Amino acid sequence: MTTEVKDKGRWQRFLESDFFYAFKRSPVALVSFAVVCLLVLSAVFAPLIAPTNPFDPASLNLMDGFTPPLEPNAFTGNTFLLGTDDQGRDVFSTILYGMRVSLFVGVAAVLFAMVLGIVLGLVSGYFGGWTETIIMRVADVQLTFPSILVAMLIFGVAKGFTPVEYRDQMAIWVLILAIGLSDWVQFARVVRGATLVEKNKEYVAAARMIGRSPWAIMIKHILPNALSPVLVIATISLALAIIAEATLSFLGVGAPPTQPSLGTLIRIGQGFLFSGEWWILFFPACTLLALALSVNLLGDWLRDALNPRLR
Amino acid sequence: MSAYVTVRGLTRVFDVSKPWLNRVLEGRKKAFLTAVSDVDFEIEERTTYALVGESGSGKSTIGKMLVGLLNPSEGNVEVEGVNLMTEADADRIAASRSNIQMIFQDPYASLNPRWRVRDIIVEPVAAQGGKTEGLAEKLLEQVGLHASDAGKFPHEFSGGQRQRICIARSLASEPRLIVCDEPTSALDVSVQAQVLNLMSDLKDEFGLTYLLITHDLTVVRHMADRIGVLYLGRLVEEADPETLFNTPKHPYTQMLLSAAPRMDAFGREVPPPQGEIPDPIDPPSGCAFHPRCPIATDVCRKDRPAMRALAASKVACHLAE
Amino acid sequence: MTTPVLSIRNLSVEIPTRQGIVKPVDGVSYDVGKGEILGVVGESGAGKSMAGNAVIGLLNAPAHISGGEIWLNGRRIDPLKGEDMRRLRGKEIGMIFQDPLTSLNPLLTIGDQLTETMLTHLPISRKEARERAIAALEEVGIPGAAERIDSYPHEFSGGMRQRVVIALALCAEPSLVIADEPTTALDVSVQAQIISLLKRLCHERGTAVMLITHDMGVIAEAADRVAVMYAGRLAELGTVRDVLTVPQHPYTHGLMASTPLASQGRKRLHQIPGAMPRLHHMPDGCAFHPRCPHARDKCRAAPLPPVANERAACWFPMLPEEVQ
Repeated sequence: MTTEVKDKGRWQRFLESDFFYAFKRSPVALVSFAVVCLLVLSAVFAPLIAPTNPFDPASLNLMDGFTPPLEPNAFTGNTFLLGTDDQGRDVFSTILYGMRVSLFVGVAAVLFAMVLGIVLGLVSGYFGGWTETIIMRVADVQLTFPSILVAMLIFGVAKGFTPVEYRDQMAIWVLILAIGLSDWVQFARVVRGATLVEKNKEYVAAARMIGRSPWAIMIKHILPNALSPVLVIATISLALAIIAEATLSFLGVGAPPTQPSLGTLIRIGQGFLFSGEWWILFFPACTLLALALSVNLLGDWLRDALNPRLR
Repeated sequence: MSAYVTVRGLTRVFDVSKPWLNRVLEGRKKAFLTAVSDVDFEIEERTTYALVGESGSGKSTIGKMLVGLLNPSEGNVEVEGVNLMTEADADRIAASRSNIQMIFQDPYASLNPRWRVRDIIVEPVAAQGGKTEGLAEKLLEQVGLHASDAGKFPHEFSGGQRQRICIARSLASEPRLIVCDEPTSALDVSVQAQVLNLMSDLKDEFGLTYLLITHDLTVVRHMADRIGVLYLGRLVEEADPETLFNTPKHPYTQMLLSAAPRMDAFGREVPPPQGEIPDPIDPPSGCAFHPRCPIATDVCRKDRPAMRALAASKVACHLAE
Repeated sequence: MTTPVLSIRNLSVEIPTRQGIVKPVDGVSYDVGKGEILGVVGESGAGKSMAGNAVIGLLNAPAHISGGEIWLNGRRIDPLKGEDMRRLRGKEIGMIFQDPLTSLNPLLTIGDQLTETMLTHLPISRKEARERAIAALEEVGIPGAAERIDSYPHEFSGGMRQRVVIALALCAEPSLVIADEPTTALDVSVQAQIISLLKRLCHERGTAVMLITHDMGVIAEAADRVAVMYAGRLAELGTVRDVLTVPQHPYTHGLMASTPLASQGRKRLHQIPGAMPRLHHMPDGCAFHPRCPHARDKCRAAPLPPVANERAACWFPMLPEEVQ
């Protein structure tokens, strides 16, 4: 029996946990976590890191256009790490700023999907009956369409309702809404499954007996015990959301050229691929690949680490 | 002494039909399971009333109806003169309910694994907006744990310690009746002894009344002041432990007592009981025990026996004497 | 003296973990003779099931046998692997588990499972196997065996399923049956039926049985000899009557005294203070000393005494007059 009086803090418990132990011993987890951190930090601090602000017309010089990576420009003699595009924008800087948009859209869309899915999953799992039937049938129907089509549909409808002058401003938010709405189903399914298991446990009966309201039981008792699978799905969804956003932007229905995401950059770069300016496409594509892959690998590892059956 | 709890004609029917669509497609009727059927009993204040029965006897369902986790289909539960089924005044019902607490069977499932012990124990009080300062620490010491355990999580405790935490939680709102649903059947023998002793001590200290629900006859004999034997949702016999164990009247009670393994019965060779518990969706006619009963006659197949007084016992059997 | 059917010598099982190697079974030795029921009793975590699983080679990795020997009918079986071990299970060792559903394949009829097992292990024709399967089901007391042989496991009640499992465990006529908590999931009245069945069949056929349970009452009624385990070690070994009436190990005595008995009336139950040590924090010397009322310095320091000849693994066994 320990005589320690002080409660262990969260951080201390985390450092001693099996989870952190497994993390330290997994090269895949360490590398992908490092890559994700590097990319996220450089996106967040893009204004500090980027040599130029690619969206400030004052800093642009058309003469710098089409400079290959690490070669001095024929006219101005300027050298760029990853070259420049047709308008003389530094590709490195555009990637940093583009990643910001991509990550922001991805994270916000997943958060939106997560909140929506958790609430609907909890409600359908806890109350059952007609509520559950309706929610889960809607989810089933939505699953029969590819999520990118659902996102395009929502994007199209929402765009139709937005006044023309606000379209560019609103595009990002519409994008988040579209990707989020196409993605809530898996959260709802997982949370519903966990709720069905947890609500029959005796600690829930104990809480019901002392007269706690259904919402208090769902949020305070059941949700914390359903969070690990949600975390796994959120991570994997993040990778998918980033790709979905890139796909939409690549198809020209996503982020506007005034606020380009990685997908927009790839679309722009694609036009120059066959005329030899490969770097305009290549580097944004590599960044997208690295981002999506490392988030995905991290999610896969999380799933294994949090799955008690595999431990 | 007065009856603290009075249960009259308690009945619970579960709808166990398949979903609507399956019924239509397969041409099935609705199916109902009578888990508890017309049960009467009274619990005196500061005593332990035990409900014994095998699986499917409805003992846990009765406990859940008493604490309000399930609503009875028919019948009444009266606590301290307040009829919990018909009382119109919501405040009086809430007051009576807060006097009833429950201890569950599985100490691993009955504590929320994400909560600290302190929050678990004071939840019954905190949920009603009561003062919880130092309460968890005080209760933990009362159930034989350390005040410093309040900051830990359930997984840091063994099964017996968890059951102590459950007891501490059930005491938090200062209840007068605690429904104990198989409180020790998930525990090892040596730990069971610790928990049973603790329950006895707390009963004396706080003047508690227990409804003990269990299948374990040794525990019942040790703890109970009065015992009700359930078979297929019906009360078949009721008596004090001495009478019940020495002169069981109902054939089912007799069978149960002879079948229970005994520590002093080395290599005992008794004819084991015959048959198994019937399907509660389609219970036998008349007395539910008649297909297994060695002395059953025609009247047992036709009429359900009523509870009648017989010497110091009450028994629901046409033929017992 | 004839060779015992099963002989376990100094068996140890190790599991490597983050906090170091733990030994859920530590130096356990016992024999089971022909037609004998050995009860292995202990509380959860005592290592009783782990020892049974070691015998049938069903330890889950990373748990492994780290020392000792297991002999079955004069043949050493602990080094056997894969195919050899699989042939041994079913043919020479029958198994009965707590939950009958896990030992029956839900997709096959019980008749298929019985005949399949017999055809694998016995030189008989399919027709013969079916006849013997019906006979086996009749023997375990399944009414209308000839009609019910083509039923699926879910069509039986819990007690009937456990009877089928017993028929399955015995159908290849093994010399040893390992029954791990065979009645824990069953009701009292059904439990009595199953125990009486197990006893009758094994005594009739001379099958050796290792009956693993936490229930002293079951041991008292069914077993001939009993091995009491505590924290992975053998605490006491002897005939049921000796061990249960005049226990020599203070742990056995504590276990007996903490069971509510009719004769004790309603006085306070005896308590063993504390809890079984966790495997990561095994005390030095005798594992029971922190909870033992009679512990002395020798118990704290010296390793366990040899248990081969003495009945109890205790430096200071209790005398009969101390017990009452």
